[in-house]
Amino acid sequence: MSRMTSKKIKTVVFHVLVAFGGLIMIYPLLWMALSSFKPTDQVLPTSGQLIPAQWTLDNYVNGWKGFMGYTFGTFFLNSFFISFTATFGTLVSSAFVAFALQRLKFKGKKLLFTLVLSTMMLPAQILMIPQFMWYRHLNWVGTYYPMILPYFFAIQGFFVYLIMNFIGGIPKDLDESAKIDGCTYYGTFFRIILPLIVPALVTSAIFSFIWRWDDYLSALLYVNRANMRPVALALQLFSDPSSGSDIGSTLAMSTLSIVPATIIFLIFQKSLVEGIATTGIKG
Amino acid sequence: MSTKAIKRERAPFQAWLQKESTAGLVFSLPFIVGFLMFMAIPMGLSLYYSFCKYDIQTAPQWIGLDNYVKIFTNDKIFSKALGVTCYFALVGTPLKVIFALIVALILNHKSKAIGLYRAVYYLPSIIGGSVAVAILWRRIFESNGTLNAILSTVFPGMAGYNWFSEGPAIWVLIILTVWQFGSSMLIFLSSLKQIPRELYEAADVDGATKFHQFWTVTLPLLTPTIFFNLVQQTINSFLAFTQSKLITNGAPRNSTLFYTVYQYNKAFPSAGKSQMGYASALAWIMLLIVSLVTILLFWTRKKWVYDG
Repeated sequence: MSRMTSKKIKTVVFHVLVAFGGLIMIYPLLWMALSSFKPTDQVLPTSGQLIPAQWTLDNYVNGWKGFMGYTFGTFFLNSFFISFTATFGTLVSSAFVAFALQRLKFKGKKLLFTLVLSTMMLPAQILMIPQFMWYRHLNWVGTYYPMILPYFFAIQGFFVYLIMNFIGGIPKDLDESAKIDGCTYYGTFFRIILPLIVPALVTSAIFSFIWRWDDYLSALLYVNRANMRPVALALQLFSDPSSGSDIGSTLAMSTLSIVPATIIFLIFQKSLVEGIATTGIKG
Repeated sequence: MSTKAIKRERAPFQAWLQKESTAGLVFSLPFIVGFLMFMAIPMGLSLYYSFCKYDIQTAPQWIGLDNYVKIFTNDKIFSKALGVTCYFALVGTPLKVIFALIVALILNHKSKAIGLYRAVYYLPSIIGGSVAVAILWRRIFESNGTLNAILSTVFPGMAGYNWFSEGPAIWVLIILTVWQFGSSMLIFLSSLKQIPRELYEAADVDGATKFHQFWTVTLPLLTPTIFFNLVQQTINSFLAFTQSKLITNGAPRNSTLFYTVYQYNKAFPSAGKSQMGYASALAWIMLLIVSLVTILLFWTRKKWVYDG
């Protein structure tokens, strides 16, 4: 009996501790979201307080108007366009390359695999200046090309690797029997492998979408027309007091800007977690 | 047999296309083109420019090793930025990995609420790289911001404390990175699940305490995962850009000037001429440093990572 109660106490302590820790973790985000509903002149004086004493939507109405003649509607559409197309390119190209590296025998495969892994060590920050100069040669500065086209060429080793691991878990007998039935390698990929790797593609899509959505650096380097700004860049400029924005509307637009990623995360939480786990362990 | 017969009847090009070695190259083609176009050529180009004086407006001018010599002998900001970045990486990364491990150990429980907890602890990592979080962080650590408002209810002295002054400013960024321990935590959680139960049962039979079990079973079996997280997070912290650029932009007195931000400011100065050649040299030095650190980490691997 006493053992039972001590176990119960332990469970309660566990939940209280973990829930409290969780609250601390998301407190900043809660604060941002809830403060965006406070009247803008109340945000700083009541910054220690989470729940607004007085609720208002003014910040959203004012913030949405944007600046320099463009509403946040424009910026959100830009971000959706860039993130969707770049993600589509990433999925298609990474799946192709992953199939080749996991299932086909050909010359130079080892070298290619090493290069794919090395792209994971060569993140955007190191390539920032080299790529900028190259895109300048190509006359790509001021267009969306640098933010979209490279992703159609499987340049992010992370996704190739994630999909490779997934293909590795599909029994080879399937390929073999497809071959015996007269299926070409191309047919095998499109008819057998592609339908089976949908879960890995979903995980990749989520990561890719969120990363592209948050990509501030590329927008900073390559976008110079106001109507082409994605949310990340627009928000940064908007948060600057010189744009005429107030703290309330800045918080409101900041909150809106993380809504897509948060919703995607909440819906696909499980496949995200699995994606991280599988690439992580094998890395 | 039958497939071979069909293949032989096809046109030579068709037959060639159907060969496994060809198919392999065809499927890899996106990466081959992408690697050349978006990595190899830019890197080659920047290697060339790193030996040049280049302001973008006028043609590059070959100056040999001058940029590198200047960086190492006559650039105090370079050594400052490198120091700040190393401090951030060496303090922030272990803290982040330790946090991730502790939380993973706590969450490695059977309970219906675990999914929810996991999501809550992981959420900051998902959106941590966004501009919104950078804006939020400035608000939280302002002298009349949220953190001081909460802290001063317990420690009245904290009211109006300036987090963005020279000492604590770097900690604003360290706390931000530690806050995003989520993905390391998930990796720990999944490898914790893979530790065979029998090992714990055997330890139980031997009368080992929970604490003892942790040191003799859990921790050794986790060392490969700890290693992986350390490598990944160290590289990430050497390359942190957006958040430091937006939150502190190096201020005050370069005490939070990250290497990548310094490099950016050289290439795209807010006033004066761009120094693309110099920035290219900085990029190459960074690449060498990150590779060296990675090699160093791999070299220590033998000494403490348990390969079962």
